[in-house]
Amino acid sequence: MATTDLKPKDPKRLAGVDPATGEYRVLALGQTFKSVTEKIAGIVLTPDTPLGWFALFGLGGAGATLLLTAVTWLFLEGTGIWAISQPVAWGFAIINFVWWIGIGHAGTLISAILLLFKQGWRNSINRFAEAMTIFAVVCAGMFPLIHTGRPWLGYWMLPVPLTMNVWPQFRSPLLWDVFAVSTYATISVVFWYIGMVPDFGTFRDRTENKFAQYFYGLLSLGWRGSVRHWMRYETASLLLSGLATPLVLSVHTVISFDFAVAVLPGWHTTIFPPYFVAGAIYSGFAMVLTLAIPLRKFYHLEGLVTERHIDNMGKVMLATGFIVAYGYGMEVFMAWYSASHWEAFMMWNRMFGPMGWAYWVLVTCNLAIPLTTLWSRKLRTNIAFMFFISIVVNTGMWFERFVIIVTSLYRDFLPSSWGTYRATKWDYAVYVGTLGLFTALFLLFVRFLPMIPMNEIRMMLPGAKITPKKAAEAAD
Amino acid sequence: MPPREGTYGMLAEFDTPSDLVRAAQQARKDGWRRMDCYTPYPVEEAAEAIGFHRNKVPLITLVGGLMGLVAMFSLETWISVLAYPLNIAGRPLYSWPAFIVPAYEWTILWAGLSAAFGMLALNGLPALYHPLFNAPNFRSGATTDKFFLCLEALDPKFDLLETRAYLTSFQPTSVVEVEY
Repeated sequence: MATTDLKPKDPKRLAGVDPATGEYRVLALGQTFKSVTEKIAGIVLTPDTPLGWFALFGLGGAGATLLLTAVTWLFLEGTGIWAISQPVAWGFAIINFVWWIGIGHAGTLISAILLLFKQGWRNSINRFAEAMTIFAVVCAGMFPLIHTGRPWLGYWMLPVPLTMNVWPQFRSPLLWDVFAVSTYATISVVFWYIGMVPDFGTFRDRTENKFAQYFYGLLSLGWRGSVRHWMRYETASLLLSGLATPLVLSVHTVISFDFAVAVLPGWHTTIFPPYFVAGAIYSGFAMVLTLAIPLRKFYHLEGLVTERHIDNMGKVMLATGFIVAYGYGMEVFMAWYSASHWEAFMMWNRMFGPMGWAYWVLVTCNLAIPLTTLWSRKLRTNIAFMFFISIVVNTGMWFERFVIIVTSLYRDFLPSSWGTYRATKWDYAVYVGTLGLFTALFLLFVRFLPMIPMNEIRMMLPGAKITPKKAAEAAD
Repeated sequence: MPPREGTYGMLAEFDTPSDLVRAAQQARKDGWRRMDCYTPYPVEEAAEAIGFHRNKVPLITLVGGLMGLVAMFSLETWISVLAYPLNIAGRPLYSWPAFIVPAYEWTILWAGLSAAFGMLALNGLPALYHPLFNAPNFRSGATTDKFFLCLEALDPKFDLLETRAYLTSFQPTSVVEVEY
């Protein structure tokens, strides 16, 4: 159904619709190379920081301080300050690790996979989605490290020559994780930075401030926009996308191996890799919406991040949400079809045991609310509703990881060794702390770096079309 | 490299990418080879026009990726079989299926780093200085909304007066001489 069929009452919304396709426009009309550059560079190259930015940064900074406090106490006291014990040896730290890294995946999906599929609409959102990836990986990467209890020995996980003559054990998925996550972090940072180099050149050339000229001048590496450079740059971007695509799929696959390779009922299943990857993209797109909706409002970017983007992200969430639903369904089906007593009990306990409420929160947040409403284009382009959905899905996906980890662990084979899990205040402090750190890093990014790729937006403008002859000459 | 003196080239400024592409095509047809276009975003047609069709970034990426693959797989094999043999649940020391994942990750890691840094190296970046930035109008437009064609002094056809007249015939916004 075309958007115009809905006949929105608001004529302003109708102006955003392209009559040729009946879809919302990717970019609002009337933009030129100069207007786009000024809009995006103006956010950074101004001495006036909005007051709201300081308020939010204060909030994020407070969260980051809480994280610092919680981690300091953790290093002094050990992981005993958390609720992890036997039988639930993996608690909030691993839940948060999987949740954060999953959020990061949408950034890579937008920047790499959608580039390969030539989805031009991604250009407006790919830079801050990539930034989201990197900051999410920063938060995620911290968790397994502090969860080891002695993070100062973290380098033991790397294959480096040590005086003890001990080497890592390559048959463990936990070690695969080290390589998957470190590669993911490195490639994401490189991809992100290379993408920003030409935009740093624009900043260098447009700023009046001497310090900013040096700062962005160094970051731009002397970029001058030679077409020879551009062609190599385009090739490298395409190759990096081609490499990041199998990488992002492998990262969450490897993380799911941490569970799937164990023999625990609820973990030992082959559906995990695709189900984890789809869930990662699902929650990641939700997080992109959570960030994009306030950003476009606050910085008046409605002309660059249009209803079309919100609509398309809603569609991606709908599709990945159904893959996730299939995963949940398959888990229940296999619990019955495997005819395994342990599997069946695990599923019953997950749904109706003492922590069954968490399962129903997850079903409500991930399936019941989004998968019934995201069909409607009217709702998908309703900004307030999409913000609400993004929060709901983020919550649901956090509970998915809680359900997988805690409800599988706390009642396994032997009833005599059953236990329970109740998170302590330090568990919550670390989680809330990473939310603060993420917010603070993201705000710094928005203030100092180009949050929308100017060079890629310019390519999409009507002025970029090459006409073989001047109109005057053609008339001759 | 010692500092060079004299003229780097003649720089013509255009308002639209189409004008630039037409001028570049004509210049190449007229025998110019030492020339370059400068644009605020990738203009593929301009690269075609100056005869730049292929580049070595894919080859560098392939070589880098293969090196990563070989490096990690050999490291894993050496550690597991020779340096630190461990009996893990009775599995063979050379349990290659388990080695695939880190080797796969390192293939991507090395290929990605080779693509990014190889591209920068081929481009001669980072560069702290380039004569083009001496042109008064270059910085105000090249990274925003203007399109430049530079005919370089190293080309045998270059002549200060004739080249200026030649570029003016394309009706650019301006033609300026760029000094080292």
